[in-house]
This record gives sequence, C-alpha cells and structure tokens, in this order.
Amino acid sequence: MTKAAPAEGQPGDRTDQRTELVLGALSAAVLLLIAFMIVFVFTKAWPSFSHNGLAWFGGGGNVDEQLTNIFNSPADPGDYVYTLHAWPLLYSTALITGGAVLIGTALSLLSAMFIVEFAPPWLAKVLQPVIRLLAAVPSVIYGLIALLVLVPFVGNDLISGDEKESVQFVIQLDGTGLIVGVLVLTVMISPIMIAIVTDALRSVPRGWTEGAAALGVNRFRALRTVGLRAARPAIVAAAVLATARALGEAIMLSMVSGSHAFAPNPLDGVTFFFEPALTFAAAIVDHADELSVTPSGQTIYAFAAVLLISSAFLSFAGWVARRSMRKYTLAAR
Amino acid sequence: MSTHAQTRPAPGLWERIRGNESWSIGDRIGVGLAWGAGLLLCAIAAAIVLYMLVRGLQYLSFSDVFSHPLPGLGETGGGFLDPILGTFVVAMLGTVIAGPLGVSIAVWLTEYARPAWLARAVESGVEIVAGTPSIVLAIFGLIVFQQSFFSFLSPTGEGATPLGRSFIVAGAMMSLIALPLVVGATREALHSIPRHVREASYALGKDRASTIRRVLLPASRRGIGTGVTLGMGRIIGDTAIVFILLGATLRFEPNGGLPGWDLLTGNGSTLTTYVFHNSPAGEGGQPEKAYAAAFVLLAIVLALNFAVDMITRGRGKSWTH
Amino acid sequence: MDALRPEGVREPLAVAAQLPPPVRRIEVAEAPTVVPPPAAGNGHAPVATGTAPRLKQLPRAATTPVERMRTEELSIAYGLKLAVNEVSLNVRQGEVLALIGPSGCGKTTLLRSLNRLVELTPAATRGGRILLDGEDVDGYDVTWLRRRVGMLFQQPNPFPMSIFDNVAYGLRERGSKKPSKRELEPAVTEALHRAGLFEEVKDNLDHPALALSGGQQQRLCIARSLAVRPEVLLLDEPCSALDPISTQTIEETIVALRSEIAIVIVTHNLQQAQRVADHVAFMYLGDLIEYGEAEQVFRSPVAERTREYVSGGFG
Repeated sequence: MTKAAPAEGQPGDRTDQRTELVLGALSAAVLLLIAFMIVFVFTKAWPSFSHNGLAWFGGGGNVDEQLTNIFNSPADPGDYVYTLHAWPLLYSTALITGGAVLIGTALSLLSAMFIVEFAPPWLAKVLQPVIRLLAAVPSVIYGLIALLVLVPFVGNDLISGDEKESVQFVIQLDGTGLIVGVLVLTVMISPIMIAIVTDALRSVPRGWTEGAAALGVNRFRALRTVGLRAARPAIVAAAVLATARALGEAIMLSMVSGSHAFAPNPLDGVTFFFEPALTFAAAIVDHADELSVTPSGQTIYAFAAVLLISSAFLSFAGWVARRSMRKYTLAAR
Repeated sequence: MSTHAQTRPAPGLWERIRGNESWSIGDRIGVGLAWGAGLLLCAIAAAIVLYMLVRGLQYLSFSDVFSHPLPGLGETGGGFLDPILGTFVVAMLGTVIAGPLGVSIAVWLTEYARPAWLARAVESGVEIVAGTPSIVLAIFGLIVFQQSFFSFLSPTGEGATPLGRSFIVAGAMMSLIALPLVVGATREALHSIPRHVREASYALGKDRASTIRRVLLPASRRGIGTGVTLGMGRIIGDTAIVFILLGATLRFEPNGGLPGWDLLTGNGSTLTTYVFHNSPAGEGGQPEKAYAAAFVLLAIVLALNFAVDMITRGRGKSWTH
Repeated sequence: MDALRPEGVREPLAVAAQLPPPVRRIEVAEAPTVVPPPAAGNGHAPVATGTAPRLKQLPRAATTPVERMRTEELSIAYGLKLAVNEVSLNVRQGEVLALIGPSGCGKTTLLRSLNRLVELTPAATRGGRILLDGEDVDGYDVTWLRRRVGMLFQQPNPFPMSIFDNVAYGLRERGSKKPSKRELEPAVTEALHRAGLFEEVKDNLDHPALALSGGQQQRLCIARSLAVRPEVLLLDEPCSALDPISTQTIEETIVALRSEIAIVIVTHNLQQAQRVADHVAFMYLGDLIEYGEAEQVFRSPVAERTREYVSGGFG
C-alpha cells in the first residue's frame, strides 16, 4: 500500500519540512531519553555486579543482613561493602510472578470461556464493565484491602500457633507472605488477560465454530479444541503482558508479601505458603530510603537493572512465540 | 471419486464413539469450572467495590476532604486536602507533557516516519517504556534529576546535590507512563481515517503539515481524548513514582519564593502515597483515613474510566456512507 | 497507510494533480452486430414437444430410495419475518434432493434446520416437525443428531490443524477416552478415499490443512463430515466458491455417495442442480412451490413460477 503523499514543489513545502523535522526531532529525543535510561541504570548498577560476579545471583547468607551491611559501609569509597547474594530475591520473584501468571492464566481462560459461551446474556453484558473496573483499581487500594482484611485473616485464622513457632527463630509469620501476595497479584493481572482472550474468542471465524457444531461436538469441546486453538497467539500475548505487569508490581507486593528477603522453602510443608517473600520490585520500594548511600543506591539500581533485562527478555520471548504460531492461522494474517 | 462403500465399522472404535454421551465427565467439569471462574470474578469485584463503599462512607467525612494533614508523621487526625491537590498537580503535569508529546510522536510515526530505521527504533522505544515497571521509571527519574544540571527543578539539600524529588520531577516521569497510551490511541485514530480523506486534502493542494493540522488531528479528537484520559487514569493510580520522587512529606512543602514555581519544585504527597502511608505498611497507622482517601481515589479513577467509556461510545459517525 | 510501510511507486495522484482532469471517451467502432430473431420454425423447438433434449445428468448407479428424514409443515421465522412457510419434504437415502430458488427464498434456512443449526441464531423460532427415521429430532440430544446429519458449508472451513487432525476431529472430540492415532488411521483413510482426496494428500497427512487449495479444502471438509458416518449429508452451495474442475470432482463424489447417504444440496446453479439431482424442490419467498423428480421439474414444470425460474426468467 503506497503512502498517500502531497504533490511536491508546492508552496508551504518548507512548513512541511519544518514540521517533519520538529516532530522527528521530538520522537528522536524521546528515544534518546529511553536509551539514556537504560544506559544510566546499568552504569549505576555495574559496581554491584562487578564486585559480586556471578555470585550476585547465588545464594548464601541473609539478604537483609547483607543489605544492612551495605548501607552501613564506611564513608571511604574504597571500603564500600557490596556483598550480596540475591538468590532469595530471584527465587521469590520467580515464585510470585510465576504463581500469579499460572493461576491467572487458568482463571482468565475459564472466565473468558464463560463469558463467551456459557454466561446468560445479561451476565455477559454486566461482566464487561466489571472487568474494566477491576483493571482500573490502583494497586495501592488492592494492597490496602489485602492488608486490612486478608492478612489478619491469614495471620490469625489460618496460621496455627505451632507453625509460627516452628520458624520463629528465623522469621515472623504474621499473615503477610507468599500466598496473599500471589492471590492478590493474580486478581490484579487477570482482568487484562480476560479482556484479551474474550476478544480473541469472539473473533474466531464463524466457519470454524459452525463447522465444529455441525460435526456434533458439544459447545465446551468445540470451544476448547477450536476456539482456544485459534486464540493461541492472543493467549500468549496476554500472558506476556500479564507477566510484565506482575514483574513490575512493587507497591502492592511490598505491602503484602512480607518484608523479609526470604526464600520460602517448599519443604516446610504448609508453612511454605505463609512465609514472606520479597521480589526485586518490592525490594526497591522497601529499601528506597537507602538510596542516598552510594553502595546501597547502586545495589538498588542493580535490582532495577535485573527488572529491565527481564522485561526485555519477556517481550522478545512473546514475539518469538507468536511468530511460531503463524503457520496455523489463516493465511491473511 | 472412489469405490469405497460404507463398510462395516472397525469394532472397538465405533462402539466407543457411538455409545458415548455427548458430554464427557471432563467436559462437565470444564463447564463447571468455567461457571465457577465467572462467578468468582463477579464475587471478587463485588467484594472490592462493596467493601470500599462501606468502609469509605463509614470513615469519610467532609472535613477530611478540606483539611490539611497534620505536620507530624504518625499523628492521628487531619485530613487530606494536600494529597488531593497533589494528585491533581501531578496528573496535570503528567498529562500536559504526555499529551502534546504523545500526539507528536504518533503523528510522526503515522504520517512521516522517515528514515525507516528511526521510525522502527522509536516504535520499539515506546513499547519499551510501556513495558517498563513504574518503579524502574521512578529510579531512573532519580538518577537524571539528581544531576546538578537539573538542580533548578528540585530542592537542593546540603552539599549542593539536588534532592531530585519534586512535583515537576514526578510529573515528568509520570508522563512516561501516560505516553505509550496516548501514542497508541492517537495512532489508532489516525490509522482509522481512510486514505481517501488524505488524498482529497492533497488533491486540493494542501501540504502534509496543514492536512495534519486541519483535517487529521480534528478527526482524531476522540481517539486522542481516549488516550489522554486513560493516561490520566493510570497516572492518578500510580504509587511507585510518587513514592520515590515526591519526598517524605504529607503536606505541601514549597521550595523557594516564586509563587507557583515554588509549589511545583517543592514536595508533597498524593492520594496514593497518603493511602500507602496511612496503611499498616506505612508509619501512619490511621486505617480510617486510609479508607477514606482510598474511597476518594477509587471514585476519581472510576469516574475517569467512565469518561473514557462515554468518549468511545459515541463512535457513531463513520467514514463511509 | 502507516508511513512505516516501504514507499512504493510515486503516487500517481501526485502526477495527476498537475494535469487537467481526464475525460472518458468510449470508442464505438461501428454499429454492434445484431442477431436476427429466429424465424418461426427455426432454432429450438418449444418446450412441450416430445423431442426435448435430455437433462445433462451425471451418470449414476440405480438405487431404491429409502425415506430417512421428513419435514411436516415446517415453518421457521427470524423474529417476525417468516423465512420458511409450512414446508413438507422428504429426504431419501439413495437420491440427491436439490433445493433451488432465488436468494432469500428460505432454502438455506430450511437446510440448516434439518441439523438444528438454525438454533445457533438467537432470534430463530421453529414450528412444525422434523422427523429422522420417524422420530422427532427435538427429542434428540442435538449433538447426537448432528452426528447423524452432517453438513458442508459454502466456504470451506478446515480447522487450523493438520489434515489428519481435521478428518479425525469428529472422531476424537466425542466421548471421554481419546482414540489413539493408530486406531483412527483406518477411519481417516477411508473417509479421505470416499471424499476423493486420499491420493493427493496421502504423503502429507501432517501438513496444515489451510495450505491446501480451495477445492482440496472442500473435499477435506467432506472427508471430515464422512468420518463420523452420517446418515444424511446436507450441502450448502458447496461448490460456489470453487473452480470448475474441483466442482466436477465434488459433484461426482456426491452422486457416488448417494446410495449410502441421503443427500440434500442447496444450489444457486441450475445447471449443477440438473447434473446432480434426482429430486428437486423449488422454493420462493419461503413457500415450497414445486417438488418432484428432476426430469419433471426442469423439463415440464407444473407451476408458472417454476417455469419462469428454470428458464432464467428471474433469479
């Protein structure tokens, strides 16, 4: 499709050129800003990585203690302490993000199928604004409600005294922890996914839905085998979007998932779900007041750098996954 | 064409298929789960809305909205007038920057986009910003605005290093949150204008710049409005940037003597940080105030979303008749 | 229209904008040739003589038709608009029934009611009865009914899966236990043979079905429908989107299948109806105007409207 273009050599060309220059320069400036952002974050973060090497991602030691030591470094730049083994943070981030995305995807697929096929029409109409509402609620409000309702419930009613004792030398179990974090995060990321998947299911070509029906396949099976299959690229896109959102969620998690940089231990049994967990984003919020001290600041920028890399990797992975699905979609796409 | 007749079916397979019901156990469970998911969704939404409504109205008093927070942290009492105004200031700043900037970028990407590699890079850049967590944007803002070059934008502490935190700084970084939304919505609006409209304008002798100004942008008003409102909603709901980039104070703290400018380069709070501060996670310890402020915040955000609905609903006029 | 697309040839409009607007002239070389009307006694004989040419039917085996489906005073309405008005028809195994008529006459609606696909449209209501082997279809579980009464659509609609998976779809997606691929192979092969597609795809069964040509896709859909061993097959203008060669192959398949399956075909194409049909039902604005053997309806139709339609008076 050729671009529509005005005839050249007309009066007013110079305004056109000037406009193009100005707009182009603005766009390039924003691009430059973004590039600088990436460079700056990595530059500031570099000392933390260079002093620790690959052990930065490894385990060993109590992260909270390590961060305190970094904060208390002597004033002389040569004596800055950088030691950090951030495995608990890495692990917690993976647990919370992964858990929320897995549960969220299942919940969203089922909800989307419900809305598109099984819900009575009035309910399907009501659910549209409901989902938009859920997506619009600010994260701090999710955190507030969770903190004032869910956390006391978990802390007082779900965790037994024995469980609290079993770990009391290491951490306090007060209700903030893994399970509350994952559940609230799931609720936060689901609306986006539901909206995308419902749209995709609704746009499945009628030929396929009628074809499946005409073969005598019941509605659920048809939806599952043909509808979801046709919607696969959208589902992948939705999951990638949701993961990005989950990774970046800082405020709600810092309120609700426990403020200790602890690696929840699945071998602890049920207590595993109640143990605190700290993601990179939440760690930045929790230690934000340490930014003024140089080595602490650089460590925190290291957290931000890890987040940036993860986001970039996510986008790339999503793009690759969607391309590989092309061969099964209609040729026109 | 073939001579295969409808032969006697292979035993086993056919019996299995003929004899089965149309809804297997797995299918029934699936439908049950789908219903469960849908109803769970409704329940959660209802719970959140109702709970906020009840608690908010319970604790919200008129005086709260119009009185200032108490100066000391950790004290009880006071209202949240400052946070409300702070939200307003940040939202305005963010939108005022993101609006024109976003539209410019969108117009350039749709109508010009030369050279092609630059256009692709800008597109990717906007996508990167869209995917970056707001906490990272906050950190970045700190790095940039703590450079002495920008010392005029925030209070300068001892040692002559800029604090790097002020309303302007927060507003600037907030604009990055709204930017992808404005760019996306504007591009969509521009794309949906059919080619013949542009061609008609060029055929009349208008150059591209005036076509954009006189024809395309007015036609995209609805899309731009949607993008800006969505962006504003996201700005108002964001806590991370304000948390980092707007110093630890609940009341307005102007910086310097210039009226107006002192406010912008000063610090304060917004509804989001106020709620955070008064929740058990902050030092405030006034959950009632937190509920009340959260109620106001939620009302504002929902009103904005409703406005977006209204804007997009009136999409009656089409280009082809 | 996004300026990111690569620039093509310089917009002709730009060049055109500088020239005066063109004036279209239609060149008329000479008076067009006119065919003189046939003199009386010349050309084709009028219809009602004994020497009319035979219908160009496709060669077919003789069969004894057995009634499989029947509609009794069937009426279908979309909201307030009556699409089918008290139509009574027989569908027999061993013959091809063609539903013909101009657009909007209700033939597709009638067809889609036979496998209760009309129920997918929200505003549709139905009156009268439809019987399959003497039993009212409303008493049936609808998916069960659709196993016995298959359908082929105007636009080929193979699923976004491999060829094998497409044909095996109906066999797999029924019942709790999924049959293994080995169990399904004979059924899939047989269905592909009957649809006349096996030779062309036998080495590529795992390739995506959407990579096939239009005619092949439609035959794949036939195979897909045949795999579940329907007793009645409904065809909704199956060849209207296809080229003549694919059309011929499919028509031959239809005629071959009719001895085992009752076939109903809706078609716009009168020549196609002449080629494949044994019985013909002509519908107009929801009413069944005429129903009878193909020979009779095409050569000596009883109703005036039928006569106008089959002689091309309106369409």
